[in-house]
Amino acid sequence: MCVAEPDNDDHLALCGVSRLRGAGVMEAHVDRLAGMSRIGWSVLCCAKYGATNRVVGTKWPVQSGIGSKEEREPDVPGAIVAEGLTKRFGDVLAVAGLDLTVPEGTVLGLLGPNGAGKTTAVSILTTLIEPDSGTALVAGADVVREPQKVRERIGLSGQYAAVDDVLTGYENLEMIGRLYRFDRRRARQRADELLEQFELTDAAHRPVKTYSGGMRRRLDLAGALVAEPPVIFLDEPTTGLDPRSRLGLWEVVRDLVARGTTILLTTQYLEEADQLADEILVIDHGTAIASGTSDELKARVGGERLDLTLGNEAQLETAVMIMRAVATGDVEIEREQQRIVAPVDAGAASLMRVLRELDERGIELHDLSIRRPTLDDVFFALTGHTTAAAQSAGDGDGLPADRREVRTR
Amino acid sequence: MSFDSLTALVHDSAVIAKRNIIKIRRVPDVLVFVLISPIMFVLLFAYVFGGSIDIPGSNYREFLMAGIFVQTVVFGATFTGAGIADDMQKGIITRFRSLPMSRTAVLAGRTASDVVYNVLSLAIMMATGFIVGWRIRDGIGEALVACVLILIFAYALSWVMAYVALIVPSPEVINNASFIVIFPLTFVANTFVPSQNLPRLLQIFAEWNPVSAATQAARELFGNIPHETPQPEAWALQHPVLYTLVWSVIIVAVFAPLAVRRYRRQA
Ligand SMILES: Nc1ncnc2c1ncn2[C@@H]1O[C@H](COP(=O)(O)OP(=O)(O)O)[C@@H](O)[C@H]1O
Ligand SMILES: [Mg+2]
Repeated sequence: MCVAEPDNDDHLALCGVSRLRGAGVMEAHVDRLAGMSRIGWSVLCCAKYGATNRVVGTKWPVQSGIGSKEEREPDVPGAIVAEGLTKRFGDVLAVAGLDLTVPEGTVLGLLGPNGAGKTTAVSILTTLIEPDSGTALVAGADVVREPQKVRERIGLSGQYAAVDDVLTGYENLEMIGRLYRFDRRRARQRADELLEQFELTDAAHRPVKTYSGGMRRRLDLAGALVAEPPVIFLDEPTTGLDPRSRLGLWEVVRDLVARGTTILLTTQYLEEADQLADEILVIDHGTAIASGTSDELKARVGGERLDLTLGNEAQLETAVMIMRAVATGDVEIEREQQRIVAPVDAGAASLMRVLRELDERGIELHDLSIRRPTLDDVFFALTGHTTAAAQSAGDGDGLPADRREVRTR
Repeated sequence: MSFDSLTALVHDSAVIAKRNIIKIRRVPDVLVFVLISPIMFVLLFAYVFGGSIDIPGSNYREFLMAGIFVQTVVFGATFTGAGIADDMQKGIITRFRSLPMSRTAVLAGRTASDVVYNVLSLAIMMATGFIVGWRIRDGIGEALVACVLILIFAYALSWVMAYVALIVPSPEVINNASFIVIFPLTFVANTFVPSQNLPRLLQIFAEWNPVSAATQAARELFGNIPHETPQPEAWALQHPVLYTLVWSVIIVAVFAPLAVRRYRRQA
């Protein structure tokens, strides 16, 4: 056992998982453990490698139908290519010179905190709003000059479900099919297929207002897939979903990728981008602050985080010393919460070492865990402040000094 | 507009209209109001005013009925505004805007499905009117023409309210905003009293008001104007069918493009 005074089962589970990681966790564990939200994704990340491997082999499959490569316009450097996009709302520069490229058949994860400009960027790329400046080609069509062409080739599942509450799930999908000019038979058939695929068949003929959040989300995503578009935009597809629904959605995304669909996905969760995206673009205040593959980003951000909360304020300085000794990068200190977060690379060994030293010096421990980095950690590593601090401090770079200090090792 | 985009518009509007009609059936509150208020209007006006105002050579209750029909469908145009404001607030509008569908169909489908409301309320008013003694005195054919004319006029006004719904800052304002348009139109008219009894300025407004023309046309076509009634002096009331149609065409030609442009710009 590795934790001195576990105050709940999470710690136990966490240590268990940490140890299991080396051995490789089988997917069977995922469903059972995902219910424990604190450790949920830490476990899922272990399962990821198995899942990714399955997908890799089919990344560029022979396709058919709308998504077929032959039918797409040639000489397109990427399914989505945007340059210098800007969009201002009054005083707020929501998108400030954003460039991005998503090669065909890949997933770009647009990662950023609330208000970073993710939805605005998606709205521009899906022709819902026009940019103030900049250009964007989506599936070979210009979003400003040929919006109808773009609309024919994309599917959008927005941050808020775009479904009609009064209609049934079936009626929603049938209507969308009809608006894609499917004939009645095909629209109905497609609606049934999608309801089946998203496990909504039982609820098919109930008004959507009786659906749960997860069901609405699935229906909305189904709506985006009606015409089997080659390019799909998913704006925070799992925000507000329970872990089980989140897993289900991830499966759907992987399935789409396996069929060659190009996906731009926005998220506030690092682990989600890590799980699903080939490339990750971290944005804040409408501009990119980092980009790269998940691995490249991890190299910059560091590996796991040791997350320590003390029971006694007086011991903070000593604890910081101990944490610095194991840290591989800047140590983040939140005085108010008596919390110290350190990037580490030795996994459970770092945890054991810190535990031993804390114990030796008789430091009172409220909580200690090892976890994968979050968006907050990414921000801290890249900018020296966290997303919450960035938001409360507005555009300025100043941080409330009493709340948080930035120190180097 | 090319043939292709016209067929697209008709097709997509039909899909949207069908969806609106499903919603009418599923949220019956509005329907109940649409059906009950005409009955109330007919009975109120027939019994409260019907006995107290005397129009020489005529049966006031019969004179009144066409006015009530027209007034009710004009009021009904506010449903179009309310429906569009509601749509604009709901998530489904994002879906519509991301689909390669006709940009006009959301509005055209709404104004089309609201004709269903008007057909229903007109039918109910005629039935109620019949019970309280109103009669069609000329042919059935003429009466049908009167109904179609009222529906066309109501359809045109739906576009006005669609535009109003898109320019008001919040849906709560729509009712008040619509009444600013609708009250003068329906009351400074020949709907309830003959316009020659009005003060001169109001009389001119009333005579050239398309609501008066629509009412006059319906009265003539239903055969509710006694032969001894003198010919109206204003050209508009001498040619009420033509005048109403011209107005309807002008209203749609002006307000449909305005509303569509406004809809496209709205994020
Ligand atoms: N329609 C709008 N009007 C005014 N401000 C807006 C509008 N949409 C977004 N914003 C502002 O633009 C910024 C970016 O918003 P958004 O793109 O929704 O961010 P995200 O999706 O990353 O949370 C925020 O500051 C937000 O308040
Ligand atoms: Mg957003």
